[in-house]
Amino acid sequence: MSLSLLTELDPLKDTLPVVEMRHVTISFDGPPVLADISFRVAPHETRILLGPAGVGKSVLLKLINGLVKPDQGEVLLFGDEVSLMPEQELFPLRARTGMVFQEGALFDSLTVRDNVGYQLIEENKLSDEEIDAKVRESLKFVGLEETFLLFPASLSGGMRRRVAIARALINQPDLLLYDSPTGGLDPITSTNIISLIVKQRDVHQTPSLLVTHRLQDAFTMCTHRFDAGTDEMVPLPKGETDAKTTFMMLDEGKLIFDGTLHELLHTDNAFVKEFLE
Amino acid sequence: MAIQALDRTAKQIVLTVQDYSIFAWRSLMNLFRPPVYWSDFLMQSDIIGVGSISIVLLSGFFTGGVLALQSAATLSAFGATSVTGRFVSLTMIRELGAVLTGIMVAGRNASSMASELGSMVVTEQIDAMRALGVDPLRKLVTPRIYASIAMLFFLTIVADAFGILGGAAVTVFLNHQNGTQYFSMAWESLHFRDISQGLTKPLFFGYIIASIGCFHGMKTTGGTEGVGRSTIQAVVTSSVLIIVADFLITHVMLSLWPS
Repeated sequence: MSLSLLTELDPLKDTLPVVEMRHVTISFDGPPVLADISFRVAPHETRILLGPAGVGKSVLLKLINGLVKPDQGEVLLFGDEVSLMPEQELFPLRARTGMVFQEGALFDSLTVRDNVGYQLIEENKLSDEEIDAKVRESLKFVGLEETFLLFPASLSGGMRRRVAIARALINQPDLLLYDSPTGGLDPITSTNIISLIVKQRDVHQTPSLLVTHRLQDAFTMCTHRFDAGTDEMVPLPKGETDAKTTFMMLDEGKLIFDGTLHELLHTDNAFVKEFLE
Repeated sequence: MAIQALDRTAKQIVLTVQDYSIFAWRSLMNLFRPPVYWSDFLMQSDIIGVGSISIVLLSGFFTGGVLALQSAATLSAFGATSVTGRFVSLTMIRELGAVLTGIMVAGRNASSMASELGSMVVTEQIDAMRALGVDPLRKLVTPRIYASIAMLFFLTIVADAFGILGGAAVTVFLNHQNGTQYFSMAWESLHFRDISQGLTKPLFFGYIIASIGCFHGMKTTGGTEGVGRSTIQAVVTSSVLIIVADFLITHVMLSLWPS
């Protein structure tokens, strides 16, 4: 039996959480940025992390793939405890994770082709032609094929985010981490980015964690689906929401909400209510 | 209050030295474990070596010239102007060639390494590289360290050669002395211990320049202002360390091969 078939048939693969945090606390020369955080991301699940700016949302994402280490608690990525791993052992795990940074974090000395294909170039397993083909496919997914030979400096903010998404998707990761992918963008560009994220969610069903402080983006993700026929994001029937998309909210370093859209809208928590208003 | 501040500063210094030691050791040892980025090594060698050749050549030539001017004035008082060649070649090869090249390259390349890596840190490009499964230490730092060591060795030879030529130019055209005598004195006075001393130093200086430049770059915090701060720290620290290392290496080598 081939390895891929074994993986497909592995019952644990669909039951074990992709990400799990247990009582995680972290601080940087001061009071804790995150305190006693616990949550899970299940296979095929999309979790949206809400919260005002500066509450530690980006830090939480970086904890997941070991870019920063917690002071206390456990962080499990694909079942492995990343907070105890040395940097060298983390690289293969990170390679299975796609991350979209707040400002894109594209390598400004490399072309879009080299940025998107960076991971493949570094792995050195594919020929240049195969890498080109994969890069073009990934750029097509985000609608930016024409930028293949351009440098990031000549792209707009929205285009840079889309290239960053293409870079995160090229290796078909097992988990996607989006750090405020629409922050600072105009509403039309933001909707385009969200439709790409919804497309990835519905087409490939990759589990993901999206950090945002924009409620509109969060609700759009929950109330829309991707229509492969028209290649567009369309609203779900009235009253329906995406069952695999759930919410969390951070305030002052603490996780104050974890639940569905319905629960979010009907919570008694005063801060959540204020945030929603 | 003052004691607390002193305590904090002392701890900070110890922590920085510890971080630097781990950083520098890991960067050096990465050469012996795959993947090794040879293309990056060649690219950095071009930037550091070829890019610095003009400043090294000019500084070497004019330093040799100044040495000849100054020494001729003093030596003429003893009727010993014929040993100008010996004085210039020994000074350039044992000391000034390596130190001047080190300081010139530190000014040019430690600053560029700190600012380049610092900019990558503040724009999250380093985190992006780590998130893509690539070790920035292996990809960015190790090639710079080995390129710097290799190139400083050859740049020092260039500085030595042009220093001796500069001394010759002054001796022949300004002091109106015999050029053949200058070169024969310069050649005859050289021994293995002089050359080995002069060519051992750049290996250490190259390591200091790249490891300090990259260390300050990778530790950058505080946005673009932090990049500027890292650049200054990289140049100052590497220049001072070059002079300190020069003293220590000279001391050790003189005890191994006394003149």
